[in-house]
Amino acid sequence: MDQFTLNLLFVGASFALYIGIAVWARAGSTSEFYAAGRGVHPVTNGMATAADWMSAASFISMAGLIAFTGYDNSSFLMGWTGGYVLLALLLAPYLRKFGKFTVSEFIGDRFYSKTARLVAVICLLVASITYVIGQMQGVGIAFGRFLEIDATLGLLIGACVVFAYAVFGGMKGVTYTQVAQYCVLIMAYTIPAIFISLQLTGNPIPALGLFGDHVASGEPLLAKLDQIVTDLGFAEYTAAHGSTINMVLFTLSLMIGTAGLPHVIMRFFTVPRVSDARWSAGWSLVFIALLYLTAPAVGAMARLNISELMWPNGTGGEAVSVEQIETAPEYAWMATWQQTGLLGWEDKNGDGKIQYYNDANADMQAKAEAAGWEGNELTNFNRDILVLANPEIASLPGWVIGLVAAGGLAAALSTAAGLLLAISSAVSHDLLKGQLTPNMSEKSELLAARISMAAAIVVAVILGLNPPGFAAQTVALAFGLAAASIFPALMMGIFSTRINNTGAVTGMLAGLVVTLVYIFLHKGWFFIPDTNSFTDANPLLGPVKSTSFGAIGALVNFIVAYVVSGMTKDTPQEIKDLVQSVRVPRGAGAAVEGH
Amino acid sequence: MSQNDDNNAYWAANVRLILISLVIWALVSFGFGIILRPMLSGIAVGGSDLGFWFAQQGSIIVFLALIFFYAWRMNKLDREHGVDEE
Repeated sequence: MDQFTLNLLFVGASFALYIGIAVWARAGSTSEFYAAGRGVHPVTNGMATAADWMSAASFISMAGLIAFTGYDNSSFLMGWTGGYVLLALLLAPYLRKFGKFTVSEFIGDRFYSKTARLVAVICLLVASITYVIGQMQGVGIAFGRFLEIDATLGLLIGACVVFAYAVFGGMKGVTYTQVAQYCVLIMAYTIPAIFISLQLTGNPIPALGLFGDHVASGEPLLAKLDQIVTDLGFAEYTAAHGSTINMVLFTLSLMIGTAGLPHVIMRFFTVPRVSDARWSAGWSLVFIALLYLTAPAVGAMARLNISELMWPNGTGGEAVSVEQIETAPEYAWMATWQQTGLLGWEDKNGDGKIQYYNDANADMQAKAEAAGWEGNELTNFNRDILVLANPEIASLPGWVIGLVAAGGLAAALSTAAGLLLAISSAVSHDLLKGQLTPNMSEKSELLAARISMAAAIVVAVILGLNPPGFAAQTVALAFGLAAASIFPALMMGIFSTRINNTGAVTGMLAGLVVTLVYIFLHKGWFFIPDTNSFTDANPLLGPVKSTSFGAIGALVNFIVAYVVSGMTKDTPQEIKDLVQSVRVPRGAGAAVEGH
Repeated sequence: MSQNDDNNAYWAANVRLILISLVIWALVSFGFGIILRPMLSGIAVGGSDLGFWFAQQGSIIVFLALIFFYAWRMNKLDREHGVDEE
């Protein structure tokens, strides 16, 4: 059976599984459709949250970014897990006690203002749409590889599948489908990692293998990797190279953003009790950590494998020949990935070999000149393909490759569909029904939801064709926006009785606008290429890159809200009572639908 | 009034617990993982140093322990102050 058929089989079987579970679970509990999370054990809810949360950015993109940068991209690992601490300690139990279903409803009620609710909806939409762009990139790459077509065409096909998937909707609402998706994606991520860890270090646990010894050389794996990459003129893998300030701010932005993303927070509204909201955050992180503890091993080991494939005779020997790449089975993945346009090589000096090295490094330039090399010949290696190509790079069996294709699609589709549902409910429920046309019928509310979903996909596809970065970087921008706008408003709403409606509204707007402007200045206005005035290589504010600005935006939000509230009227007594009641678990009823 | 006082004591205890937890949260990630990494560079962990381990694995494990500790401690605090869910 060829690889294409095998991929088709695995992807098809996983989709059949999700649909099967959706149909089976739905038949039993139609009336409880939206409240599927309630009455579900915190462990199950944690698994479903993990599936919802881990997207194309975590699954497809993150290990690749770590592989090619090393230590400096540890921010993704700490940021996307550390946010759960903030969520569990500062938000989840109180929002569960409050007992409504959407984030903007809490902001509207706590700040006793329709304007506050409207601003929260706008912040939510901006962050979610940016997030969807990153997901669509991942979907495009996964479909491009799996159907063996160009990534752009893959993106268009993927968009149609996501749309159908989100409109079908049932899959998202049923917790058990997400549990199945989690199982597929975690198996798809860890099984190849276990194989590779065994090959390289003899340790079946990748997280331990990363800090173990490299079997072939007898040296520690990381020391071996450092040596190989520096031999090729690249920066040392385990050393810090970027600015410390930027790394701190970037990690903080990802953490705060995690705790400010509406589709994550919403998961904690529907657990049975306040104490379950606390446990549930912990269980979510357990299941997320299974992937996040494996990811740095996947990245480091893939980098080692790629370097060794390109230099089969060691970094001091001859490079791989064009003939080998075209004929040897262990290089077959290069030809398949070339079709997606995300991998490329060129024999610039015509010596029949492909030299892979850092041609921007002065020492290497001298060495290259002596050896007759004319620049790095592995001309294109998109970071986002690394995880999907990883089993092929390590020459793992065909079924593992098929499993990874299914896992990547599960991760990208579940999150993209979840975000589209969040966007459509924000437009139809919070914006139209809550603000503009309160008397809207249920039927037109549903129609508005579908139209806004379609519009969001179109926007995401257009922007996804010219993305502002690799998938995980695009997603990081969304986190910055959520960090600067939503999180401070929620936190102040719970921990202060003094912040009033004017303070919250001006704070959210200030945080959102200043962050959005900073991102647009660096990534182009509305992400349109070549409209930027600065680049992340040389940012406006010293070392602060656009992906790291969310933490500063959040600080602006806090300060503005505090100062403005201090200058305007104190909150009314009933709001102070509301805050007091949110702070104690006793008396929490089931979450209710509110308007 | 006594219920109110007790609620205030409960809230103060909660805020204290949150602050302690967040200090640990910041210490392992921003501290050991990033800012204090040069100070920990002498402690070797499998081909790299302790700071690298905290940045790529250690902080995640501490985050997990923190959330479970907080949940356990708060559920106890809820009962002590009589504000748990019946």
